[in-house]
Amino acid sequence: MKRSLTLAALVLVAGSWMTAATAQTAVKAPDPALVDRYMKSTFGKAPPEWQARIEPDETLKACNAYHNNVPSAEADKIVARELARVVYPADGKFLGNWKEGAKIANNGRGGQFSDPPDTVSGGNCYACHQMEQKEVSFGTLGPSLTNYGKDRKFDPEEIKNAYTKVYNSQAVLACSNMPRFGVNKVLSEQQIKDIVAFLFDPESPINK
Amino acid sequence: MRTTAIWSAAAAVLAFCAIGLSANAQDASEKEIERYREMISDPMSNPGYLAVDRGEALWSEARGTKNVSLEKCDLGLGAGKLEGAFAKLPRYFADADKVMDLEQRLLWCMQNLQGLDTKDVIARRFSGPGRASDMEDLVAFIANKSNGMKIDIPVAHAKEQEMLAVGEALFYRRGGVNDFSCATCHADEGKRIRLQGLPNFSKPGKPAQETMGGWPTYRVSQGALRTMQHRLWDCFRQQRWPVPEYGSDAITALTVFLQKQASAGELNVPSIKR
Repeated sequence: MKRSLTLAALVLVAGSWMTAATAQTAVKAPDPALVDRYMKSTFGKAPPEWQARIEPDETLKACNAYHNNVPSAEADKIVARELARVVYPADGKFLGNWKEGAKIANNGRGGQFSDPPDTVSGGNCYACHQMEQKEVSFGTLGPSLTNYGKDRKFDPEEIKNAYTKVYNSQAVLACSNMPRFGVNKVLSEQQIKDIVAFLFDPESPINK
Repeated sequence: MRTTAIWSAAAAVLAFCAIGLSANAQDASEKEIERYREMISDPMSNPGYLAVDRGEALWSEARGTKNVSLEKCDLGLGAGKLEGAFAKLPRYFADADKVMDLEQRLLWCMQNLQGLDTKDVIARRFSGPGRASDMEDLVAFIANKSNGMKIDIPVAHAKEQEMLAVGEALFYRRGGVNDFSCATCHADEGKRIRLQGLPNFSKPGKPAQETMGGWPTYRVSQGALRTMQHRLWDCFRQQRWPVPEYGSDAITALTVFLQKQASAGELNVPSIKR
């Protein structure tokens, strides 16, 4: 009950990031083969592993077709599919080191063609979220996460939900704007644990 | 002298950001950034106008195996007609049987009109320290000839319509390790990345008009005049996508889509931005 309420709240918050479009019909789109020709002409010289990254999987194909505003039946399929892709820590522990998590949240490096290939990616959380109070340079694409753990009474179920959300945002909300950090191997399991600790540790500045 | 003033203003903005703590302070710092933008937006102190002058010289310089200038180049309104041409680009060109943006068209004229080997021009497509860019200079000069005019690209030809439809699809196409599309950041009102405001391009209107009406621009942070080709190249970098090919079709398709959203926006270029 409590969980479904929380989920509903999450959906509400996330829903408000989206455009006001309400007609949940696939947008009239050009022939995929035609779009692929354009893609080839612009990205066709990139290394194969880079080209593979812009090949949409089943989930992204649906999000693209509906401009992220998928009908509920499609959304259920996405959430089920993505939930099956979440790998939980073998040791059953979701909380890492909040101090490391704070650094990861502030690190926007990694994944860009200008980055050296061995760059360790950050989560770049502040690009979109307000987190600890003293950081004034935060983005607003996502909801504020200030007092995240405190507001959720440091509930273990909520801690697991947060791990799920960071590991695979679409396991919680279909076509969420947020990256699927674990599924796409942007962040390691340890990095995700550290971020979850940043959100939930009572000593973390997020909860101060 | 003016540069000093600009930098001390920038420092003031930074200092201001550093002490701001509340939402109020944040609104105030956004206002301060806006004030900084207005202050640097002065044609008399905008280094982008040096690019305009260099572009004017390049336009009339005889080059290539045919040893002629670009003055007979047709940018869509007739050979050599510059006034208003940029406001109607990208567009379909029958001689090339292709929809082209200004940079693709200039390359076409260099190759076909001047007989110029464009390899070196393409290598210098984006300027860097000690490396001028013919393309940036020419775009600054030509775009400037549409100042005060409204963005009004044609979408009558089937190939122009195709470009617009593909451009919209590409705008929403997610990918890269972060699943980002253009729409991730540019499909809603009043959003920011860190403190950077994000124009909404998902529908026609003022944000699109004001943004597209200000490109090409002189980027203070890069110390260079930049074109839309560079802006989209940098967007794809930040989107964690592969390097896009310069002057290629997906970039032009996106530009067609953005220009369409910006219809009736007034051009005032080169502008100057952070």
